[in-house]
Amino acid sequence: MKKTETRSVLLVGVGGQGTILASKILTTGLIAAGYDVKMSEVHGMSQRGGSVSTQVRYGSKVYSPIIGKGEADVLVSFETMEALRYLDGLKPGGKIVVNDYQMPSLPVLSGEKEYPDGIIDELKSKGPTLALDAAKVAKENGNPRGMNVVLLGALIQFLGITNVDWPAALKANVKPQFVEGNLRCLDAGMKLAKEIA
Amino acid sequence: MSKILMTGDEAVARGAYEAGVCFASAYPGTPSTEILENVGNYKEITAEWAPNEKVAMEAAIGASMGGVRSMAAMKHVGLNVAADPIFTFAYMGVNGGMVFVSADDPGMHSSQNEQDNRNYARFMKVPMLEPSDSQEAKDMFRAAFDISERFDTPVMFRMTTRVCHSKSLVELGERKEFDAIPYVKNRMKNDPVPAISRQLRVKMLDRDRRLQAFSNDCDYNYAEYNGSKKVGIVANGVSYEYAKEVFGDNASYLKVGMTNPMPLDLIREFRSNVETMYVIEELDPYMEEQIRAAGIDCIGKDKIPLVGELNPNIIREALLGEKVESIEYNENLVVDRPPALCAGCPHRGFFYECSKRKDTVMVGDIGCYALGGSEPLNAKDMAICMGSAFSLAHGMDKAFKVSGQEKTLVACMGDSTFFHTGINALEEVIYNDSHVICCILDNRITGMTGHQENPGTGYNLKGEPATIMDIETIVRALGVTRIRTVNPLKLDEMKAALDWAYQEVREGPVVLVTRWPCVLKKLSTEDRREFRQVPAQCSVNHDKCIGCKRCLTTGCPALSFDKYERKVSIDRMQCVGCTVCAQVCPKQAITKGARK
Repeated sequence: MKKTETRSVLLVGVGGQGTILASKILTTGLIAAGYDVKMSEVHGMSQRGGSVSTQVRYGSKVYSPIIGKGEADVLVSFETMEALRYLDGLKPGGKIVVNDYQMPSLPVLSGEKEYPDGIIDELKSKGPTLALDAAKVAKENGNPRGMNVVLLGALIQFLGITNVDWPAALKANVKPQFVEGNLRCLDAGMKLAKEIA
Repeated sequence: MSKILMTGDEAVARGAYEAGVCFASAYPGTPSTEILENVGNYKEITAEWAPNEKVAMEAAIGASMGGVRSMAAMKHVGLNVAADPIFTFAYMGVNGGMVFVSADDPGMHSSQNEQDNRNYARFMKVPMLEPSDSQEAKDMFRAAFDISERFDTPVMFRMTTRVCHSKSLVELGERKEFDAIPYVKNRMKNDPVPAISRQLRVKMLDRDRRLQAFSNDCDYNYAEYNGSKKVGIVANGVSYEYAKEVFGDNASYLKVGMTNPMPLDLIREFRSNVETMYVIEELDPYMEEQIRAAGIDCIGKDKIPLVGELNPNIIREALLGEKVESIEYNENLVVDRPPALCAGCPHRGFFYECSKRKDTVMVGDIGCYALGGSEPLNAKDMAICMGSAFSLAHGMDKAFKVSGQEKTLVACMGDSTFFHTGINALEEVIYNDSHVICCILDNRITGMTGHQENPGTGYNLKGEPATIMDIETIVRALGVTRIRTVNPLKLDEMKAALDWAYQEVREGPVVLVTRWPCVLKKLSTEDRREFRQVPAQCSVNHDKCIGCKRCLTTGCPALSFDKYERKVSIDRMQCVGCTVCAQVCPKQAITKGARK
């Protein structure tokens, strides 16, 4: 990475999925690695169930805490359809990490609309896409609630920022009893991204 | 010292701590809420939730008069409520330093309007500071108290959503303690009767002139000349960061951190050094108009939008004509994800029953219950501002008397909103006698802003026990005789109460209190005693479900419909067993069981 370049990560999902914790671990690691970091959160009006997004920007000197359309280097979506909702935030040619995990929204739940098919194919046609079933991976690693950390692991690998002490960053943000399970998830996410990419 | 990643709100709280603030008050409102939540973590500061912004402002003014550094915080529309005391306090000046925060919401992420409160500072003739990031938020907030004491004036600290809720690195400082300034009776300063205020007004105008000189010379307003003087940019707040992002070293900047009074001499000098000067600001042409009025030529709102927030792209496109490419995709593959009342929300039962009433006008208010207007409940006609539902309905009732339109007026607001300014609105209904069903949706907490205590909850901001103000007792004391309290999750009770209210309202005002705690509330000991709750959840017997979808009309996000099987299912993760869906099921297909 060039000294002056600022990189932008857009993390999106549904309220309650743990996007905030993932962003916290990400920013802790980036700060420890000596980057200037800014982070911006946007919440849906409802506490639960709304669409949420977090923006993390890092570089030698970061100005704007937010980005507009077409500016994210990487889009990480914790829910399948949300990836598409925020796709216009991604730079043409930018990378996508998408969780193969569907949370139907109210119009789908009520039977008024159908949860769309073919989202991951649509994403793949738009840019380098890593689709993974993070819920399954988290379960396999004995930590069903660690879906967010699996995705974080994949993101880190995807961004190529592996020169950071990520386990330390994780420990700084997670209660001691959850550290071990989450470390396994982080590792699994990174490995998976390495294999697929 | 290492730097810490902080939101602007956290940084302001830290600035208050370092400035030696002793008293802080606020009413919660996005994006300002976290300021007082964080101030509350410092044991050196008395931090309080006030019933409304006016009271918070008055309490902070009182603390300043009492001799300590004090602050109040509110969202932009909260300053409308608090405007009365602060306009006059601006005449009087401070004893201990006094700063108030106005957190504006360009783009209306969580607000009913996007008024630009910078206009207030000019209107009030008080100095205004605007930080661009968290470090500045902390440092400038601290410095604001020095300005307040030096110029004998309250100071307005104006933030926006992106400054409040974005995180950036902050280097911390130490707290500086100050001895309280003794209070000495001084009517010529503190008793604004007309004869005294006429003199104070003259003094204030003189202060404004001295502040103008200070603004041209202070640390927060400065020029940054880069290699290129072709383009000069005047910017404030987060717009400055966006401008730097877009132009980098290819422009020179005039950073305006103190935006009232404007540093017009500084800007004039800057203008003479650059070929073209842009003014980049969100919302109103607040700076631009003053710059132009001073005879300085600039480019601003003829290119920069007047509506919504800015971002680097908008500026790039507006000023450089560069359109940023974004990826086009098949939008048909995206279904809306509208916010909904939570599974188990006590408001659901209320709105479900209201939605079935005909010839009704439902006046709402500010809170989660705004969602009672969304599909499928669709039970609300209108709303305007905090605590307004009852008074709006009162006026409509009087108008209907003239027009002869026959509609029943139902108005609703939450417990915190009732304590905010709803009590006054209820006085209007009672005193001037209108036929309104006034509903107080008491969910035992200030909900939408993320669970703050209020006068009805029995605890204060610091979590200490406080006197519980009983809503029914207050309502009765105001003179209401027709009052009932119901559990809104019991639909038959709710329906019976509405039937009763629709009858009684022909005679005069009626109050219904729906009382059940917010499903997300961490229950207090008193709550647990009053609202016995056993962890439970509902499930659907698919042999009995006929796929009529009646349960879906409650708008519960835990319910889903399989259109091939034509059966409803319940998400076990979300369901808390409130049974509203079970109560509307015509086939008793939904039953409540122990939580698995």
